[in-house]
Amino acid sequence: MSTLSRADIENIAHLARLALTENEVPAQLHSLSRIIGLVGELEQAATAGVEPMSHPLPGLAARLREDCVTESDQHRLFQRNAAQVEAGLYLVPRVIE
Amino acid sequence: MHLQTVAGISAGLAGGSFSSLELTRALLERISRLQPELNAFISIEAEPALAAAAAADARRAAGEQGALLGVPIAHKDIFCAAGSRTSCGSKMLANFVSPYDATVVARLRAAGVVSLGKTNMDEFAMGSSNETSHFGPVRNPWDLSRVPGGSSGGSAAAVAARLVPAATATDTGGSIRQPAALCGVTGLKPTYGRVSRYGMIAFASSLDQGGIITTTAEDAALLLGAMAGFDPQDSTSVELPVPDYVAGLDQSLRGLKVGLLKEFFEQGLDPAIEAQIRAALKLLEAQGAVLREVSLPNLPLSVPTYYVVAPAECSSNLARFDGVRYGYRCEKPRDLTDLYKRSRGEGFGTEVKRRIMTGTYVLSAGYYDAYYLKAQRVRQLIADDFRRAFTEVDVLIGPTTPTVAFELGSKSEDPVTMYLNDIYTIGANLAGLPAMSIPCGFAASLPAGLQIIGPHFSEQRLLNVAHRYQRETDWHTRMPERYR
Repeated sequence: MSTLSRADIENIAHLARLALTENEVPAQLHSLSRIIGLVGELEQAATAGVEPMSHPLPGLAARLREDCVTESDQHRLFQRNAAQVEAGLYLVPRVIE
Repeated sequence: MHLQTVAGISAGLAGGSFSSLELTRALLERISRLQPELNAFISIEAEPALAAAAAADARRAAGEQGALLGVPIAHKDIFCAAGSRTSCGSKMLANFVSPYDATVVARLRAAGVVSLGKTNMDEFAMGSSNETSHFGPVRNPWDLSRVPGGSSGGSAAAVAARLVPAATATDTGGSIRQPAALCGVTGLKPTYGRVSRYGMIAFASSLDQGGIITTTAEDAALLLGAMAGFDPQDSTSVELPVPDYVAGLDQSLRGLKVGLLKEFFEQGLDPAIEAQIRAALKLLEAQGAVLREVSLPNLPLSVPTYYVVAPAECSSNLARFDGVRYGYRCEKPRDLTDLYKRSRGEGFGTEVKRRIMTGTYVLSAGYYDAYYLKAQRVRQLIADDFRRAFTEVDVLIGPTTPTVAFELGSKSEDPVTMYLNDIYTIGANLAGLPAMSIPCGFAASLPAGLQIIGPHFSEQRLLNVAHRYQRETDWHTRMPERYR
């Protein structure tokens, strides 16, 4: 369908918020090109009029639930896994100067 | 003691032949001794295991019964367990201690099951050889120079070496069945929605399903009964009663209509594996099953379909790992974007990055229709092929893998070569079907797996076929000599 360039790889990595090292860019270019070649086989399938399948069990829609509180506040427990926390807040580098 | 099945342990505990504490001690000793050569575990949790075993013994002494009370198992490290490190085989979560239990873990805990630790796996379940684990590859107990398969390689190797009688596992494209086949054990991937995905770290949400690896179909039936069932915490969990899987095991196979998947015997299948599959089919025929060839014309497109759908869902699911709320964070980020990019770039391994990149690409503007929507349409065609086949036959049977276990490092260079390992297993995931792999003999001294696929919610039938086969054969009792 298309061939990938080094610039494509850098753009995809940016969209995915992935920092790639100098060595990773050509390696990802090579393997992604192979994968795009593999998935290109889908072109040959006759799919006119076929509905895209979005759920593995036919006829089952996502279930709804009552809009009510089911969880208690456990932020201290959850924040134990965070790299940097202060006063119950997650810390990140300054966004607004 | 380590040679016992779950059913054997259950009887031994009930009859007072040994206590859960004695058995747990013996298995923990075995796990620690064999860990350096097999690397089947990421975390060995001796103290909580001994406490759980003592608690199970106390419950039994107080008059409680229950088939799984005091039975030791291991959990794949993709299942969150409260207070346990849950790494998913990744540097990203190497220090993540789960604040809660996955539903599968909670249910087994309530049944009195004793967890001995967390098994090794491909990073975020992305791999077919267990070589993408941040914690190093698992080795196949049948030949330490070969892979155990993946992604549930640690669970399969642990059961094959009789470190535990059973281990939980997950299957997105074959991750229960393929390692079960390569390690000569029994693996069951239930119907999508049968077992709750709550607390099971997500890879591809429309394909992921939790299941079990054991030595026998009977043990798989015992454990599935405890793991399955409706869970309001998982929006795709199905509200259907859980049948008594053990009760149906002995049912006769007379008149069972078995479909031979024509496409499975065409695509580079090792002739030595094919011979074992044909022998197994003869055996089922002798028990009264009726064989007929079935064709699923769109099945050869299952690998390309999967490698659009699964990476697309992966790129979306793994967006949550941003270095802020949990997981790895890079040193000295310059700004927020740098924090995201370097935390993810340094925290994820090569294969995970490859899949995130593939998923981002197929979902990006201009390519969405050509790849993602197209793959969803082909997925529908594949599901329709299965639906049609199941109007003619009760189960489909074929090989689980095209080859036996391969050498470590032999396929890690080219991703596409690795992906083609799952050529026979992916179809069941795309269609949401239950499927099993059971040992059916050897090819060049390495185990071969027989795959049984059924219609939605036919786990009872699959277990029945597997159990009747295992009553007539002893492949499932074979184990590597050095671990006897």
